[in-house]
Amino acid sequence: MHELSIALKLLDIAAEECERQGGVSVETIHVRLGALSGVVQEALLSAFEAARQGSRLAQAALRIEDVPVRVYCRSCQSEQTAESLPLLCCGRCGTASGEVIAGLELELTALEIAVPSRPASFPVPEGSEVP
Amino acid sequence: MNSETRLVEVRTRILKDNDVTARELRQRFRESGVYVVSVVSSPGAGKTLFLEKTLTALRQRYRVAALVGDLATENDARRLAQADVPVRQITTGTVCHLEAKMVQAALGDWNLGNLDFLFIENVGNLVCPATYDLGEASRVVLFSVTEGEDKPRKYPTIFHTADLAVITKMDLAEAVEFDADQARASVQAVRPDMPMLELSAKTGQGMATWLEWLDRRSGRGGNPPPR
Repeated sequence: MHELSIALKLLDIAAEECERQGGVSVETIHVRLGALSGVVQEALLSAFEAARQGSRLAQAALRIEDVPVRVYCRSCQSEQTAESLPLLCCGRCGTASGEVIAGLELELTALEIAVPSRPASFPVPEGSEVP
Repeated sequence: MNSETRLVEVRTRILKDNDVTARELRQRFRESGVYVVSVVSSPGAGKTLFLEKTLTALRQRYRVAALVGDLATENDARRLAQADVPVRQITTGTVCHLEAKMVQAALGDWNLGNLDFLFIENVGNLVCPATYDLGEASRVVLFSVTEGEDKPRKYPTIFHTADLAVITKMDLAEAVEFDADQARASVQAVRPDMPMLELSAKTGQGMATWLEWLDRRSGRGGNPPPR
């Protein structure tokens, strides 16, 4: 169960990046998770739930994009999606392949952060105060 | 305060810190001329006895040392110290795997230039260690005949990150009706072309082949150390 340390790491990176960008809070953290990354999506989601409580990013949501395993198939001489895990076989011809091209990802891809709105460039009419 | 949502592209490896430390370690190992091998397996697969015999065999010819990771106790370090080589224990507390920073801390200012081989025994776990690079030159994954032939199919990721699969406790193979062909097929299914060997640290079966693999892989050359 190393998902908790990964969740904590995610929160650290997100908080740091948010600050760097002048944001006030992190709304969503986008992650790419390869099927061979060694991290279980459900476990990461529940670890994240636990980790964000009480942190500066208590409101942040986690969105995970699954990355399927892609292998280079020597028979087809092309890149193919692996048929089924854990067996790494070409999805097209079934030849076993150890050359993994994608599926190891464990990546924070993007953040949705709240940043202060730019001040209106035109005078706000009286009586129409923004809440 | 009014705010708006902005999408910021980050694109970073979540474990970038670990990767950076692992890279530093790998460079330090290379510059010191020490060949580093990490050993992973589930708990009870026989890592410690395997290393004990390996260290004993290698120290006839090489300068060897070991780092041992465990959640608690220093029992393994004490056992390995019987091979009469320098051993340091890393106790991880509640952490189920070693990270590059733990290795770095345990090494401290150890003069690695005095070593030919350094072995790192990871915490018994076939899941989490797969994700953490320790800067090692080779990773060896062990699984024992008592664990079932399909272990590799259950834990493909660790087999993916390893360079050699070793089936241990071969002396028990007959008693547990271990099917070696099926085990070999399991390994090849999740990692085609993966080198593998069968071994019993207790009887010495396969030890020579393992030491030859190590010699070849590390480029240390020379004859395999006497058994």
